[in-house]
Amino acid sequence: MLSSVRPGFQLRNHSALAAFAVGTIHCSTNRRMNLAKYAKVFDIGLQNTFVYRWNFLLRSLFGFVPLAGTVFIWRAIFAERQQSVGGYEYHSMIYYFMLTILVDNLVTPTEDEWQIAADIRDGLINSFLTKPINYLAYRVSLFLSYRVLYTVVTLLPVAAIFWYFRDYITLPRDPLTWPLAVVSLAMAGMIQFFVAYSLAMLAFWILEISTIVFILYSFEYFLSGHIFPLDIMPAWLQGALQWLPFTYELFFPIAVFLEKVRGAQLWSGFAIQTGWLLATWFTARMMWSRGVRHYQAVGG
Amino acid sequence: MRRYLEIYGIMFRNSLIREMNFKANFILWMFTELLWFVGQIVFIEVLFQYVNRIGDWTKWEVVLLVGTHQIIGQLFQAFFYVNVANLPELVRTGKLDFMLLLPIDSQFAVSTRQFGMDNVVNAFVGIAIVAFSLVKLHVIPHALQVLLFVVALGLGVTIHYSIMFLLATLSFWIVRAQGLIYGYFNLFNIARYPDAIFRPGFFRFVFSWIIPVIVVANVPARLLMRGFVEPWPLLLQLVIAATFCAGMSRLFFRFALQHYSSASS
Repeated sequence: MLSSVRPGFQLRNHSALAAFAVGTIHCSTNRRMNLAKYAKVFDIGLQNTFVYRWNFLLRSLFGFVPLAGTVFIWRAIFAERQQSVGGYEYHSMIYYFMLTILVDNLVTPTEDEWQIAADIRDGLINSFLTKPINYLAYRVSLFLSYRVLYTVVTLLPVAAIFWYFRDYITLPRDPLTWPLAVVSLAMAGMIQFFVAYSLAMLAFWILEISTIVFILYSFEYFLSGHIFPLDIMPAWLQGALQWLPFTYELFFPIAVFLEKVRGAQLWSGFAIQTGWLLATWFTARMMWSRGVRHYQAVGG
Repeated sequence: MRRYLEIYGIMFRNSLIREMNFKANFILWMFTELLWFVGQIVFIEVLFQYVNRIGDWTKWEVVLLVGTHQIIGQLFQAFFYVNVANLPELVRTGKLDFMLLLPIDSQFAVSTRQFGMDNVVNAFVGIAIVAFSLVKLHVIPHALQVLLFVVALGLGVTIHYSIMFLLATLSFWIVRAQGLIYGYFNLFNIARYPDAIFRPGFFRFVFSWIIPVIVVANVPARLLMRGFVEPWPLLLQLVIAATFCAGMSRLFFRFALQHYSSASS
């Protein structure tokens, strides 16, 4: 189980990247230039990750061991039970977990919050304060490039898994489900990112954010659908979860894709997801502006 | 040997003093770990709403297994985790040089710098859960069983340490090894599942003998619950697994040191 990465164990080499990025980007208020500089950041993100490709590859490979455990435990449970579990057959249960892996690779931030916190703690954001670059936009660009690369690197093992379990795959019946699932997935990714970003902003006030990050992660892990589909949980819990952001970070896009939510439920789900997207976005912006006001530029 | 004990005593005392300087952090970490543990118990609770047993494991036997895994995992974290997790950073920054210069065994120096008191508290939570499960199971283990259980716990900690140390040692070549730390957690993710779910085959073989995460918690749990049935083969497997892992990690570290070309100095 993933827990407790300790203080003192965080990314440092990001500093060089930040300095380089800001150094190479020329100031401009021109909108096109603006886009170009964030595109550059995206590119740098790709290159930086590629420097440590082995770390990346191994990390994504190890990520599949828990899936094997999940497959084994559900196989044993369905063998014992001989009937469906909350509307899931063995096949659809495994398919659900395959999709969680896919979604995780596509949209879950991996190291972003640690890097941001380190930027703040080590005074690296000084260079962002004096240059015409929006730190949030800069970070979103990096986040996107990490996700693209991560997805590419994991493409082969993910494809292998999907091929191995190819009989379990069922595609949506309604073609409209595809765009809906994609939109929901994108929103899930941004909610996850804004949450991670807001948490990292706590580094303006406290030295060590890892405990708080991990407490929130525990909730995310158990309540967003990583360990089981949320619709096999007790009914009272499902009622509460529907209003919490966790559902919309992982479970909801998958449920949309599996066509488990339909009609009015689908639209209210989208409404709540949009609400959380806006809420987390505002929080991220607010945390930054408050934090900068509080900031004392230690080190740097 | 005595010298090492003395050195460890000093490091231990230092860690405690340091830890007590950050009391809030200490309590928060304790809370975080506890939260994860509660989550696992909830997981079992939900699973057993649908079935009465998994393989030959009943609900309270699985709880006992998770409690056992908690004890082993937390003891490992208390003694070694922070230190091993820091190894890649030592390599990357070149700070490892100072550790190598010390007139003691390098692996010892690298592995024992800090001690996590909060994990000890959480290990006690694991012990409480194991005891509670035993009550629920109406099992009163024999004194010998308890002794074997404790020995098995020690072997389990050895396996945890060796595997993570091996992974961290890879950082001599790949520099940034955070991914390997995740690797550790991902590997031991399957250690808290009952062994009965793993059908004989390639996967079971690899994870019982080569990377023995399946036996780490299962063997001690079985020894405690049903130790009177067949204690020695189980214990033997654990001893072999632990020796193999410890030996491999030691050899690999030695090998890695020969390839070490310091970073900065």
